[in-house]
Amino acid sequence: MRILVVEDDLEAQRYLVNGLKEAGHVVDDAADGDTGLTLALSRPYDCAIIDRMLPKMDGLNIVAEMREHGNNMPILFLSALSEVDDRVKGLKAGGDDYLTKPYAFVELLARIDALMRRRSPAAVKTKLSVGDLELDLLTRIATRASQTIDLQPREFRLLEYLMRHAGQVVTRTMLLESVWEYHFDPQTNVIDVHISRLRAKIDKGFSAALLHTVRGAGYMIRAR
Amino acid sequence: MRGNFLRHWAPGVLRTQAFRIVLIYVFVFAISATVLVGFTYWNTERSLDAQTDQIIEAEITGLNEQYQRLGLRGLADVVVSRSIHGGQGLYMLADSAGRPLAGNLDEWPQSVTRANEFVEFEYARRVQGEQVMLRARGMAFVLVGGFELLVARDVDERNMTKRLFTTTLPWSVGLMLLFGLIGGALMSRRVLARLESINRTSAEIVAGNFSRRVPLTDAHDEFDTLAENLNRMFERIERLMKGMREVADSVAHDLRTPLNRLRNRLEEAQRRLDPQSPHAADIEAAIAETDGLIATFNALLLIAEADSGAARGAMAQIDLSAVILDVAELYAPLAEEKNIALSVMPTGVLTIEGNRSLISQALANLIDNAIKYTPAEGRIAIFAVETPSGIDLTVADSGPGIDTADRTRVVERFVRLEASRNSPGTGLGLSLVAAVARLHRARLTLDDNNPGLKATISFPRTPQRSSKKGANSE
Repeated sequence: MRILVVEDDLEAQRYLVNGLKEAGHVVDDAADGDTGLTLALSRPYDCAIIDRMLPKMDGLNIVAEMREHGNNMPILFLSALSEVDDRVKGLKAGGDDYLTKPYAFVELLARIDALMRRRSPAAVKTKLSVGDLELDLLTRIATRASQTIDLQPREFRLLEYLMRHAGQVVTRTMLLESVWEYHFDPQTNVIDVHISRLRAKIDKGFSAALLHTVRGAGYMIRAR
Repeated sequence: MRGNFLRHWAPGVLRTQAFRIVLIYVFVFAISATVLVGFTYWNTERSLDAQTDQIIEAEITGLNEQYQRLGLRGLADVVVSRSIHGGQGLYMLADSAGRPLAGNLDEWPQSVTRANEFVEFEYARRVQGEQVMLRARGMAFVLVGGFELLVARDVDERNMTKRLFTTTLPWSVGLMLLFGLIGGALMSRRVLARLESINRTSAEIVAGNFSRRVPLTDAHDEFDTLAENLNRMFERIERLMKGMREVADSVAHDLRTPLNRLRNRLEEAQRRLDPQSPHAADIEAAIAETDGLIATFNALLLIAEADSGAARGAMAQIDLSAVILDVAELYAPLAEEKNIALSVMPTGVLTIEGNRSLISQALANLIDNAIKYTPAEGRIAIFAVETPSGIDLTVADSGPGIDTADRTRVVERFVRLEASRNSPGTGLGLSLVAAVARLHRARLTLDDNNPGLKATISFPRTPQRSSKKGANSE
């Protein structure tokens, strides 16, 4: 995938670019707002990672400008500004996700994967399936190997999010943000406990496990 | 609108210090004016009476001399002549049986029975063909030979003044009080309006709108001086707050960048390292330490953010009971794993004005603490109740609790009690709860749950503002 990185801290930029390349992406970089905007408007990228505070042009303005030109590439804001307000401003300006520095690289990778996936033709699905696990979004019924699984509303949302990102790493923070809509660090491993309960419901008694723990990163649901 | 205004305005004016002062002043003034006028009247009357009495005494002496010199006949002539030219003088010469011999009175007044003492009596007089009763003051004198002489002076005019005075005085005092009250009310309203503008401005500044200033008037009076002083103070506060925010922002930025590089480099090293290498564990531990550092740093910034009041912009009407259910649901499995009974007392909709994210985080910290410190098989109850002053949100556990002496200390930053030194946490959990409470003008109290800890955030009653938005909202 082609990714644009706009970051003025060269050390952070180098690290970001290297990491993304190692993960198999093609990366272009820019160190100021003007160059970033020019690149974003002239080449087709699958995703852009943009710092909030940049020389020449603020990250918010780049995104606002891009959106004005009808450019709807997925954008992740990377910022040292962490206040509740900053996040809201970033999303209002047209950003798709907001990650505060310092961040874990796996977190960034998982988020841009999710962003790029979201962009691919998302036909309105009424059914999600991974292996023999099926989730009917209309009747709100989950079945595995034709056996109905009894889920609480929140467990259903958790499973839905995991299945929409089947085959991708989903971090704990992503789950907390999307399933519970909290943007804080709960200190304790609350998410792990919810996952292990869900796992007990969908994997217990079946030969093949679907819900996997990705060490040091998060979780992934996949068949096989 | 008008009725509403009066209802709102009248008790306000009555309660002002200015109005009370005016009221007291008006009363004191009315009383002293009454006393003063009364005293003047009394004094004047007394000296007028004394003057009258002197004239009468002198006349009696004179007439007595005439009598001794000229006899009854001569006296009668003098009395007749004085009666004709007498003006205010009233005379009557009578024999010992009281029959009039000469004078300008029709008959001997009934109330004059004793001689040699001043008496007041009424006498009849024809004025424009009508019989009227007038007042006089005089003295009877017994002459040698048993004749009686009455010399008096008309004092009706003086009595009329007295009547006038007694009827006018209450009216004057009443009018004085009325005008005083009206003046006082007007004055207080002026004072009240000025104070109101100062109050409004202060309240807005407390709410986080630091750029507000008290408007000045052209009066250049003491209120303007007060306003100028306050404005200088507000300017100072604004500068300090701005400075604090700038420092916090630059600290945030300047620390985040190296922290970011540090974590990046550690991660890079970890990626390049063979997972079997003996250093892998060291690097993982270093990353964990870095993450702990970042967590502490973030918590400190969040506390600063809550305390700066900037988050007031993100306040909205939220249902506290929904917030409780959501957070409790997040932590329920964690409690269940420890065999702790986590219960939420159901309530109806409890609306408060607040920041959902921060209140959720504060509640999460309280529940997290409760689960951390409550032993297995314990109980945790979460409930919100309406109180006369607002809404109390309580998390009560059956854990070891906190000693009374430590309760105020644990809310301070980085304070961790001996018992919890080795459990994970930043030591900022309760500080954040307290900061979030402060942001909402609420109070965090820690009580004994007998046994256990009972942490309560007491939210004040939300003023019913329909359209008022936070001052800092973009």
